[in-house]
Amino acid sequence: MTSTTTERRTPPATSRRPGKSVSLAARRRRTAVIAWLFAAPFVLSFGVFGLVPLLSSFGMAFTDLRVNDIRTPFAVDFVGLGNFAEVLSDTTFLRALRNTLGFVVVGVPLSLFSALVLAVMLNSLGRRAATFFRVGYYTPVVTTIVAVAVVWRIMYQPNGLINSLLADIGIDGPNWLGDTRTALPALTLMAVWRSIGSSMVIFLAGLQAIPSDVKEAAMMDGASTVQRFFRITIPMMMPTILLNAILTTTGFMQFFDEPFVMTNGGPLQSTTSIALYVFNQFQWGNYSVGAAGAYVLFAIISIFAIIQFRFFRQRT
Amino acid sequence: MSTSTPLAPATTAVPLAPVVRRRRRRLTPGRIALVAVLSVGLAGTLLPFVWMILGAFKTNAEIMRRPITWWPQAPTLDNFRAWFFEFDMTRYFFNSVFLAVVSVATTLLFCSMVGWALAKLEFPGKKVLITVVLGTMFVPGIVTLIPQFVLVANLNMVGTYWGMILPGMVGAFGVFLMRQFMLEIPDSLLDAARIDGAGEFRIFARIVLPLCRAPLATLAIFTFMGSWNGFLWPLIVSQRDSLYTLPVALALYTSPTGDKGAEFGLQMAGSVLIIVPVLAVFIAMQKHFVQGIAMTGIK
Repeated sequence: MTSTTTERRTPPATSRRPGKSVSLAARRRRTAVIAWLFAAPFVLSFGVFGLVPLLSSFGMAFTDLRVNDIRTPFAVDFVGLGNFAEVLSDTTFLRALRNTLGFVVVGVPLSLFSALVLAVMLNSLGRRAATFFRVGYYTPVVTTIVAVAVVWRIMYQPNGLINSLLADIGIDGPNWLGDTRTALPALTLMAVWRSIGSSMVIFLAGLQAIPSDVKEAAMMDGASTVQRFFRITIPMMMPTILLNAILTTTGFMQFFDEPFVMTNGGPLQSTTSIALYVFNQFQWGNYSVGAAGAYVLFAIISIFAIIQFRFFRQRT
Repeated sequence: MSTSTPLAPATTAVPLAPVVRRRRRRLTPGRIALVAVLSVGLAGTLLPFVWMILGAFKTNAEIMRRPITWWPQAPTLDNFRAWFFEFDMTRYFFNSVFLAVVSVATTLLFCSMVGWALAKLEFPGKKVLITVVLGTMFVPGIVTLIPQFVLVANLNMVGTYWGMILPGMVGAFGVFLMRQFMLEIPDSLLDAARIDGAGEFRIFARIVLPLCRAPLATLAIFTFMGSWNGFLWPLIVSQRDSLYTLPVALALYTSPTGDKGAEFGLQMAGSVLIIVPVLAVFIAMQKHFVQGIAMTGIK
């Protein structure tokens, strides 16, 4: 960087800046103007492309906005809770809700548990070995979901890699993505595979923050490895587990890329997610119905976060 | 990965906690079992990537042949060639890189600027701004998807680069990250600069930004990843082939119902072209990743 040379060139006290003669109020006003200048680019872009859509999405969910109204988004009628009623009585949405919840309820604990076990294992290794495994296990996290979903779609073919590996140990694998019973579990497995690494790294940071004297004291008192894990590691990790639980749940709730690429919601809607439902409503031009569906998802995510927060609060 | 250093200095450099350290270094059966379990798990984790890279050089027939062949029997580049000749892969690549670069540049600049104001300057409206930024951080993207599209449509930006760029220019997370780090910068340093007559913009550019290299690197990486891997927004707003990003092109052109739906070699080659650059960035900068995650608790 350029800093080392330029800092020295900073002019001494002889600059044009007004000295002590300026009143405090004037200086404060100056600071406020400067601060808003610093904030302006963010405030503008975030306000227009973040805040305006966020606020209008809420309004939109209560109107009858459709694709034809796209040029006149304000000339629409209010329908009250009509969209929510429509969404919540739509069997496709209820199917999507069930799929999403099943995906979350199975996938998130599986992902968190594997990640925690991995982190504990890595934490007991030497530095270099831990780094090696950490990088390796983290790799799926950085890769593009669409691309890995395409690869897994091939692996899940009836005569693909997974079934041929299963055949080697004498198991006749199913048509993973073509069977309503196995499609969602297949997607869940892939999502877990891709998410373990990120929770693992956060767990590792949490584990390293546990003061070693606590563990040593327990060791002196004769606590076994298992005892130390459940009596010291887990309780001290509660805040980290909470953070990971909320982040992973929020991510899993919105799963879209996987079903879009691998099954397009099929077979027979067995893998349609809420996000995919919203997308489909959007594609069909039912904008306000889609907005309502998105808000239902938002509400569910918030409820889950609150429950998790309460649950972990009680245990710490 | 840490560069390999000779063993002796590594052990002498850690004078603390001798009991625990020595304990860990010993090669016990338990330790060997642990490494073995981790290695098997790692092999399983990386298997899809190995399969993908090898498969990209195979013919379609070979990919589906039983028993499976791991190493390509007759290596071919046809799968890659198809992406460049039948499809406009150069274009998709350019689009992905272009959007990622713009989004990293604007995010770093704008988020550090507002982060600076929120960390160290007093101004009316500051509290509201902080509340809004933090309050919107965890709103799922799908909630704003449709209104964002309506907005972009009314700005006549559907099917343009503007429409793809503008909504991704900044993020609440970046503001949060930069502000958290900037709060730690000592006021005495800034006061000293002010007494020396440096203006606020000069202080920001010459003192603050150089001090913020670590969070800027973290933010750059995560923004790049987010843009490179992003799918839903480019999917709905690009609308034409010449604006497709890599994931959009891959997903749409390899759809199982499309005419390339059974061309598995082509599909794997497409995945390789998307994944390899991002893997390279990750491996080159993996230290910053881990630092960033430890620093923020955000994936």
